[in-house]
Amino acid sequence: MSFSNAVAIAGVGETDYSRDSGRTELALSLQAIGAALDDAGIAAAQVDGLMKWFVDTSSEAEVAVNLGIPDLAWFGEINQAGNVGAALVAHAAAAIHAGLANTVVIYRGVNGRSGRRYGRGDVTGQGGRGAGAFTEPFGLLTPQHGLAMSARRRMFETGVTSRQFGQQAVIQRKHANRNPRATFHDRPLTLEDHQESRLIVDPFHLFDCCLESDGGGALVLTRPELARERRPDRPLALIRAAAQSGPGQSSPVHRTAARLFAMAGVERSDIDVVQIYDHFGPFVLFALEDYGFVEDAGHFVEDGGTMWDSGKLPVNTSGGHLSEVYLQGMNHLIEGVRQARGESTSQVPNAGLSFVDTGIGTGAVILERSDA
Amino acid sequence: MSDWTFERPPELPLPQPSEESAPFWDALKERRLMLQKCAVCGAISHPPRAKCGSCGAMEFVWQASEGVGEVHSYVITHQAVHPALTGYTPFATVEVALAEGVRMTSNLIDTPPEQVAIGQPVQVEFMDVGEGVVLPMFRRQQGK
Ligand SMILES: [Zn+2]
Repeated sequence: MSFSNAVAIAGVGETDYSRDSGRTELALSLQAIGAALDDAGIAAAQVDGLMKWFVDTSSEAEVAVNLGIPDLAWFGEINQAGNVGAALVAHAAAAIHAGLANTVVIYRGVNGRSGRRYGRGDVTGQGGRGAGAFTEPFGLLTPQHGLAMSARRRMFETGVTSRQFGQQAVIQRKHANRNPRATFHDRPLTLEDHQESRLIVDPFHLFDCCLESDGGGALVLTRPELARERRPDRPLALIRAAAQSGPGQSSPVHRTAARLFAMAGVERSDIDVVQIYDHFGPFVLFALEDYGFVEDAGHFVEDGGTMWDSGKLPVNTSGGHLSEVYLQGMNHLIEGVRQARGESTSQVPNAGLSFVDTGIGTGAVILERSDA
Repeated sequence: MSDWTFERPPELPLPQPSEESAPFWDALKERRLMLQKCAVCGAISHPPRAKCGSCGAMEFVWQASEGVGEVHSYVITHQAVHPALTGYTPFATVEVALAEGVRMTSNLIDTPPEQVAIGQPVQVEFMDVGEGVVLPMFRRQQGK
């Protein structure tokens, strides 16, 4: 018995996004949680579960005390890196479905620009230890190095081009230009800007890389009955399916996708809008192919297939990590919920099924609009 | 072009051997490239593992490699994303597909970044980087 449609994301919330928040990461999380609880119409005292990214620095104990949670019945974090948003949703939904908790908050608060910068090898490096012994002595020092290596090979094998990567970056910027929360709300981007931007780790140009951001976001998960009772005025985002898998080579994307779509009982063609974890923009194209949405993502994007209004399958409608904010998939989950509720700044008409990848094949969620 | 020589950023991390990988690094000190081979099914692994990915066995032997392969992929670091890289960009890092069917991260010591290409046949070359550490580097195969 799965939790399909038995749990809702009843509230979403975020802080302002900046390059220098001037607040602690704990303060960012608490502010975002407050906004998400307000959105859900649920009091902090009703929260009995907390879940976080392993890399998040604010412990569930600190958050529970600060929120004034009287009885924390369920808590946990998921190991790995940024790519665990769907896994968190799956764990929280499973806990609620199993009766271990009633209302679980998932939070993320990070000073990713003014504090620890994940794009820096001196932050993410392993000092030549572990797997790093075989990569770092040769100059592969950051997550982007390994990803650039695989992107280059993919370009060689499929013929996908940097210009096509650029097309997706431009489309996401157009979405960000419509989203007042987005870091790049006021800055347009052309394909020429992308192509002429400096190379960071070739084949990645600057505008293939995610932002570095300070900010926070939160989700409130609970039973649909409670969510509806509190907010009868609007559609509800039900969790139709969630799937997670191991990182790297421990589970290929097609297996994650097979489990996800089997749980949801829908086809790729039923999906109305898609968010994809874009730590590096080229991986949006790769994921579209690997999940089975399109066969040739390069040409699909070139033809504007991912535009919010005119595309066949709108992708990253808030601007994503490239142009909205880099919250390690939290912002994709928030946008996925908004699409399912009809509240996006680039709203896809009649979006009934909203797909959110939170780690390039390592996890994804399908949300369903419920008008009840 | 034939005069071009890779200048390795000296502050890059050095490998810290683990229990599984120590024989690999020790053999390099004697200028031998050894690959981990499953004692049961014969599968070759790199980097070395604790448990065979093919059959699950945990006993291994070490097999000498000719160090011959081709460039499978590569990146060129332009921005010094680590303090060790300051003053040494752009430089190329390659992934070599060895004839044994495994891939190894390395650098090409005779090929400037702009000339690195996927499919380039390469051959191992040992580089002493000090502190008793020898790294497996690669050069173009002669005439190819
Ligand atoms: Zn074996």
